[in-house]
Amino acid sequence: MTSFVLRRLLLFVPTLWVIATLTFFLVRLAPGGPFNAERDIPKAAREQLMRQYGLDRPLGEQYVTFLAHAVKLDFGPSYKFPTRQVREIIAEGFRVSAELGGWALLVAVLLGVPIGVIAALRQNSALDAAAMAAALAGVSVPNFVLGPLLVLVFSLTLYWLPPALWQGPESRVLPVLTLATAYVAYVARLTRAGMLEVLRQDFIRTARAKGLPERRVVFQHALKLGVLPVVSYLGPAAAGLIMGSLVVEQIFAVPGLGRYLVNGAFNRDYTLVMGVVLFYAGFLMALNLLVDLAYAWLDPRVELR
Amino acid sequence: MSALPLTRPAVEPETAPGPPASLWSDAWRRLERNRVAVAAAFFLAFVSLLALLAPWLPGLADPAAQDLRLGATWPSAAHWFGTDELGRDAFARVVYGGRISLLVGLVGTLVSLVIGVSWGAVAGYAGGKLDELMMRVVDVLYALPNIFLVILLLVFFSRSLLMLFVALGLVQWLTMARIVRGQVLSLKHQTFVEAARALGATDRSIIFRHIVPNTLGPVIVYTTLTVPAVILQEAFLSFLGLGVQPPAASWGTLVSDGARVLALFPWLVLFPGLALSLTLLAFNFLGDGLRDALDPQDRRESA
Repeated sequence: MTSFVLRRLLLFVPTLWVIATLTFFLVRLAPGGPFNAERDIPKAAREQLMRQYGLDRPLGEQYVTFLAHAVKLDFGPSYKFPTRQVREIIAEGFRVSAELGGWALLVAVLLGVPIGVIAALRQNSALDAAAMAAALAGVSVPNFVLGPLLVLVFSLTLYWLPPALWQGPESRVLPVLTLATAYVAYVARLTRAGMLEVLRQDFIRTARAKGLPERRVVFQHALKLGVLPVVSYLGPAAAGLIMGSLVVEQIFAVPGLGRYLVNGAFNRDYTLVMGVVLFYAGFLMALNLLVDLAYAWLDPRVELR
Repeated sequence: MSALPLTRPAVEPETAPGPPASLWSDAWRRLERNRVAVAAAFFLAFVSLLALLAPWLPGLADPAAQDLRLGATWPSAAHWFGTDELGRDAFARVVYGGRISLLVGLVGTLVSLVIGVSWGAVAGYAGGKLDELMMRVVDVLYALPNIFLVILLLVFFSRSLLMLFVALGLVQWLTMARIVRGQVLSLKHQTFVEAARALGATDRSIIFRHIVPNTLGPVIVYTTLTVPAVILQEAFLSFLGLGVQPPAASWGTLVSDGARVLALFPWLVLFPGLALSLTLLAFNFLGDGLRDALDPQDRRESA
């Protein structure tokens, strides 16, 4: 167990190194520099800027410096906003994005699992069909279509909720809902499939034969294994939520990390983009490790090696 | 009309005389019986035809023709989906947007198909160190959410349509490579491969003539599911302003433009959004149907 965790942690290093290298050279080899956008910049001033950011150094030296600082999570100052460190921007933006993503994940699990369990228990009933049709629709409507529609209904027609910004609890509702809907649907489908698989198995028949009440059969015996597909889906779900947050933060003007990334991409803010990408890659790898551990804890048949 | 087996004459024998059904005709029969998948296929054929023939459709307005005096109007008999702020016919814009969205979906999928199948087949067939190395590359790329790679490629290189094809294809091949590799691993020790090798076939022809064709079932299924994934990613990027650049407009661009004037002209979000969502839904239904038809053993519902 401990050795499993250690070995996985050791794998982080080469993976992150490859991603960092890839990102670094992709950025440096791209045509056009970060200071080419402003047209009226005098030559001397540009040279001064290049010197300040170390861009006048040989590429190899830049690369080594970049790696040495990246290890300390220090990506230097933002190119676009030189007074701000990328590290600060990440810390500030991630706090907001994590709240948004965390709520969305919670909503996805707390709504999706019960829907899936009910659908599985009433397999082939009208309720099951309706739930699964709704789930399919939920999966198929992209969040950037859903978001504007929710705003149209709840903000512009009914006046129940604010259409944008990140102030006060009611401003959280629409962004979280927009982000979570597809995952509610997906989790419901996974739970249903998992439960149907488990409810067919022998140990469930044994439990029923022993005369256990149905409630205990379902909730104590079946559910623990039935939600396993959901647990292993949490890793990809987190990656998807991060991607979704790019759009949702744009729609609702949420000052999260996704918004900084998209704006950084437009501004060719090299240091910011590299910092955010590396940060998210590391974050997702750590999360996937946690998911694997949770999986092993839930399913005693799995042995971590 | 129900197509349930019960409605057939009961005298039909279990093993009909005549040549045995091949995998493909068998799969076709199963697919035909899946009414949802058939409906999805018809819908997609209709949308594709509309997009393909758009420039020659009589009565379809020019999507770029402006009528500033008309401005934005609600859907009407003259303009089925209404008009936008510049008086452009929204229906024509959606049809032409479909051209771009479907084109990006197909080309991006093709790029990913070529890379994924070759990569997976070579890795699986070679085995050993090369296999390990190639799959480690896939693992590393998996760790990075592919949208980041696309954004990096699009931002630091040009934002052309060609770059979009390449970028979307470059990030979509990973799962395909894994699927094909798994198939190849189980195929490469079978007797027909031994026979081909005994006859002196080269590695290259064994891989691409004998092994790859036998992986077609799962590849077709996964390809059908890749198309909507690429279309969705393109729409996503266009929504952020990183995808298709004006004057060209995909469904994602249209939703993005519409979202800006949502309070005033809601129909400008509604119709392109609907077109996009229905198309994605149809591709997913068709993919599910194909999976059931081509791989009857695998009846587990994978969402």
